[in-house]
Order: sequence, then structure tokens, then C-alpha cells
Amino acid sequence: MSAVDHYLNAFEAEAAGLPGRGQPWLDGIRDAGIERFAEVGFPTPRNEQWKYTRVAAIEKRRFGLPAAATPVTARQLEPFLFSGLACDRLVFVNGRYASALSSISEGEVRMESLAAVLKNEPALVEQHLAHYGDMKRNAFTALNAAFMLDGAYVHLPRNVAAERPVHLLFVSTEDGGEFAAHTRNLIVAEEGSSGKVIESYVALGDGGYLTNNATEVVLGANSELEHYKLQEESLKAFHIAALDVHQDRDSRFTSHAVSFGALLGRQDINAVLDAEGAVCNLYGLYVADGRQHVDFHTTVEHAKPHGTSREFYKGIIGGRARGVFNGRVHVHQDAQKTDSQQSNKNLLLSHHAEVDAKPELEIYADDVKCSHGATVGQLDDNMLFYLRSRGIDKEAARGLLTYGFAQDIIDHMSLAAVRDHLEGILVRRVPAAESVAGIL
Amino acid sequence: MLEIRDLHVSVEGKPILNGITMDVKKGEVHAIMGPNGSGKSTLSHVLAGREGYEVTSGTITYEGKDLLEMEAEERARDGIFLAFQYPVEIPGVNNSYFLKAAVNAGRTHRGEEELDAVAFMKLVREKMKLVDLKDDLMKRAVNEGFSGGEKKRNEIFQMALLEPRLALLDETDSGLDIDALKIVADGVNALRTDERAIVMVTHYQRLLNYIVPDHVHVLAAGRIIKSGDRSLALELEERGYGWVLEQEAAA
Repeated sequence: MSAVDHYLNAFEAEAAGLPGRGQPWLDGIRDAGIERFAEVGFPTPRNEQWKYTRVAAIEKRRFGLPAAATPVTARQLEPFLFSGLACDRLVFVNGRYASALSSISEGEVRMESLAAVLKNEPALVEQHLAHYGDMKRNAFTALNAAFMLDGAYVHLPRNVAAERPVHLLFVSTEDGGEFAAHTRNLIVAEEGSSGKVIESYVALGDGGYLTNNATEVVLGANSELEHYKLQEESLKAFHIAALDVHQDRDSRFTSHAVSFGALLGRQDINAVLDAEGAVCNLYGLYVADGRQHVDFHTTVEHAKPHGTSREFYKGIIGGRARGVFNGRVHVHQDAQKTDSQQSNKNLLLSHHAEVDAKPELEIYADDVKCSHGATVGQLDDNMLFYLRSRGIDKEAARGLLTYGFAQDIIDHMSLAAVRDHLEGILVRRVPAAESVAGIL
Repeated sequence: MLEIRDLHVSVEGKPILNGITMDVKKGEVHAIMGPNGSGKSTLSHVLAGREGYEVTSGTITYEGKDLLEMEAEERARDGIFLAFQYPVEIPGVNNSYFLKAAVNAGRTHRGEEELDAVAFMKLVREKMKLVDLKDDLMKRAVNEGFSGGEKKRNEIFQMALLEPRLALLDETDSGLDIDALKIVADGVNALRTDERAIVMVTHYQRLLNYIVPDHVHVLAAGRIIKSGDRSLALELEERGYGWVLEQEAAA
């Protein structure tokens, strides 16, 4: 059976049980998703968007629903929480909401399982769900639209400033088997609201599962959202995700995307600045070694005038790993006075590591300020010698410089607890980790 | 303390040092002067253990040990310090972590206990006074955003913290205005002891008005062509390098 047939059969068998089945508008989305996927199948390297990232390993597997796994305990989640951060938390185990592990405070911000919303109050999300992720462009988004099972719905009402960040924690277990979690999040910030949402994707054990996530963020006029995405999947897992952001007038969106895990990780971020004065900041850090493959494809669409975008991405690639960064900035003819900067810097820690960095600037307006730059390099000899000349040994100096290289990306995060958490992970991933940890 | 014998060094196959011989005893201050391109900085880098230099012949003995067998970090822990001509900016690496690691690397090497954060900061405050630096600098990344003068003062501050037995000052005076030069020189003078040797590499005699050397050497085309006491430096100041070079050519 071909991979496409596998998913077509699965859809036929499972569709009736998917949340919200029977709602015509939602059925339409799911049906369009599976039809689109049947039409195009998994992307091949002939597809420009997937030129450097082969998904044959995903295509070969027959991912199904997760096996009944042993229940996860709150204690097991402790390593994935941000110590000292007061936040609301929605936990998902193998793609399904786990209410017993979640904690949601009373307040004006609404947050709950998307599956529950689709079953009980589907009209709440009809306006936005699957309106922004382009299933024509991305076969995985189409597959997600067909199978979307659960995830979070977060709603920031008009003029509400959320007091606490919302942490969406997606845990995958090894005993779940070779399953696919088609998770879907919808974050809606109404006019004048502000909030912070952290999505983290983590594993208990060493499972070879697939996360196929789609997250949509809708920002109303003058709203503000700081979004964190931390990918710490199992090193045998596949993580495919699309973050689609739609920005209204004067809205401010900041994304921090950090990738440490997965054998193959691919994150698409598409932000559309669809009204005047929108601000979009994209910060990213990817760390890969061994045989990991990590790919970030970002697109910033400046559709209207006076938009500002800042994009800073850094990659640290060691072993035989490969990193891909493709940053597209599209300034439409109407988007005069756009101010856009993009920078991508990569550090190669081994001779076998590889990076493909590709900025793409397309400008159709004539009164704009746009810059971009990409570099791929090794640790700086002058810096290494300086540290060594003060008595710090060579490997620790390499580790310290690697850590320092990533630091400014983390520094952009406003939540200190998240910064601390990430610094803790980062320090374990640099050369001479133990010595470096001793120094810091 | 330091014995250099007939040292020949090449960079990418090109000879830079062509037979340097010199002795430095503890407590002494040596000045190595010479025109641009004479090999002054190469000598200090080779002594500090920078990679990329090929020692084609000769020996360097430091406190009885074969210096050329030691890695840069081993030399540092063993009491050799290089004040850089161009101190390196290291974004993302916090000054206090860096300096604490450096201090403790030396202490561990000497079999002393590592300093804790409190003891370290106490030491920092004490040594900072020497070169008039403020401790907000400890929260910043190494040399990042420092002015030229701050960078040079930071080098001497590090020297004070690490208490080397052999300090190499590579053009520490270049680019400093007179006030900054005085601060740096006062710092160095405060660190002169009977146990510590200092080798200053400089293009300008001016520095030697403030840090008075015991010995002065003139380096040209990779060789020491003349050695003397402080009066040699004064003569160089007055007459330039031309006459020594002519003397050498005639000899």
C-alpha cells in the first residue's frame, strides 16, 4: 500500500470519530485536506520548498493513532516546566488533551482543548480555524487539516492583558508506538489584547513518532503576542510544524522558535502583515548534531504600508547534522515604508556538518528599507586564543564560545524562566558541556 | 626564568623571526622595540602559545620547562600572561564567568581551592581600583562595547587578577591618550615585583617614560640587533631607528 493510500484508508476509518465531525464547515476543511493530500502526497526534493529536506523516512512509516500508553504523571513532567514561572498550563499526551495534568486559572482569557471546542461549541472557532495555514502550499498542513485531533484554543478578549503566560505542553511517550499526532492550535488575540503563549514539544523516552502540528495565530488591531516554540522532541522522532500568523493593524507579534530535538525537524513560519503598522519579530535558534536534520522556512509577507519586521536566526550544527534556513521576505507593491531586517548566522562545529542558508528578498514597493545577510562559519580563532591565553582549555573555550554564540537569541525573550530553562538545555549541547556548566 | 635561544619562526612558510636569543630574569622589565613588521608581535604570540606559527629551530625554556611543548592554556596556568594589542570582543560570554574561570584555572593548577562567587567579587573590586574600572563591566560580555582605552585597562586588570610570573605586554600603549596611558602604566608599575618579569613590546618610546625598563632590545627583520639599558630607548627616540639599522648593516 502506498503512503497516500495508508492515510486515505485511515481517514475513511477514523473520520467519523474525529472531533466536530458532522459540522459542515469543519467537514469541508477535513475533506479538502485529505483531498489535497491525496493529490500531492508527501513533498519530494523537486518541490523547491523541500529541496534540502527529504521526508522519505516519514513516507516509509505507517503512522497511526497512538497505542494506549501508560498514564503520564505530573512528576514526569517536572523537567519540562519553567521553574519559577506562574502560568496556566494545558498538557497534551500523544496529541490528546490531558485535563488531569493541566491547570487553568479563572480569568478572562479563555483556554481549552480544541477537541472539546469542536465538539461542544464549534461556532467559536469557525471564523478562524484553518483559514490561515495554506494547505495548497504545504502537504503536511493539508494532512493536519484532515486529521486534526486536538490542541489548544486560546482566546484573548478585547483589551485584555493576560496576567499569566499560557504554556501548551505536548508530551509524547515511547510506549505510544509509531503514532502521528496531528495537533492544531488556534490563538486569537482580539483588538487591544496582549499575552504570551509558550508551546513546547517534549518526549518521555525515545519514541519514533511523528508530530505534525499546525498553529494559527490571529492578531487583532493593536494587539500583542509573544509566542515561544520550544522543540525538544525525542532524537528518533519527526517534528513537522507550521505556524501561520495573521496580523491586523498596529499589531505586534514576536516569535521565539528554538529547536533542539527530533531526528528530522521542519518548522514553517508564515506571517502576513495584512494591515498598516504591524510589527513582526522572528527570533530563532536551532541546534543539531549527530545525524539530526533541522529546517526552518520562514516567510514574512509585508502586504500593507508601514510594516516592520526583524528576523534573527542562529544555527549551531555539529556532527553529521544538517541545518536549513530559508527566510523569505515579500514586500508587496502596496507595502510602502516597510522596514525589514533579516539575519541568519550559522556555526559549524564539525567538518561533516552542513548548512544551507538562503535569504529570499522580493520587493515590489519602491520606498522601503530592507536588509538581509547570512553567514556560515566556524568558531573564531582570535576568540579561542583569547580564552585559552587566560588558562581556559581548548574544548571548554569552544563550548563557551558556542554558548555565547546562541546567547543573544535567548536574550530577546522576555520571560526569564524560559531563558533559564533554555540556557540549561543549551549548555548540555555545547562542546565540553560539563566544563562549561562549571564555568556558568 | 625565560631563555630564548636562536629562535626561528615562520608563518605560512615565510620566516618572521630569524634567530632571537634573549634571557629574562625574574624581577626584570624588558622592552622590545622596533619598526613595524620587525616581528615584535610574533614574538609575544609565540611566547603565549598561539597556533599558526611554525618554530623552525631554536628553543624557549620557561622556568626550566620546554615552553614550546606546552599548550596556550597550560602556559597561562603556569604563570604566563599576554596583554593583547587588540583585545578580542566575545559577544555572549559574560566577563565575570570568563574571569572567574580564568582565575580558578590557575588556582586549580597550583593546587589551591577555587574561589567562590563572593571571594571572587571581592578580589575583582580590589584589582579594579588599580586601573580605575567600574564593576558594571563584570555584567557585560568580554570586551564588547568597551572603548579602546577600556579594553587596554581591562587587559591590565586581568593581569592583576591572574598575577602572572611572566607578563607580556603587546603594544599596550598604542592608541592610548596620555591620561589612559598613565592609568595603564601606573597599573603595570603597581604590579612590578621582584618575582615577576615583564616583557613589553612597543613601537613607541613614550611608554618607557612611564614604565622604566631595565633592558631595551631593538628588533629588526626578526633579529635583535641591539640591546642596552634605558638610554638606548632615549637614543632611539632622538635619532629614530635609522642609525641602528645602518650600524647593523655595516657590521
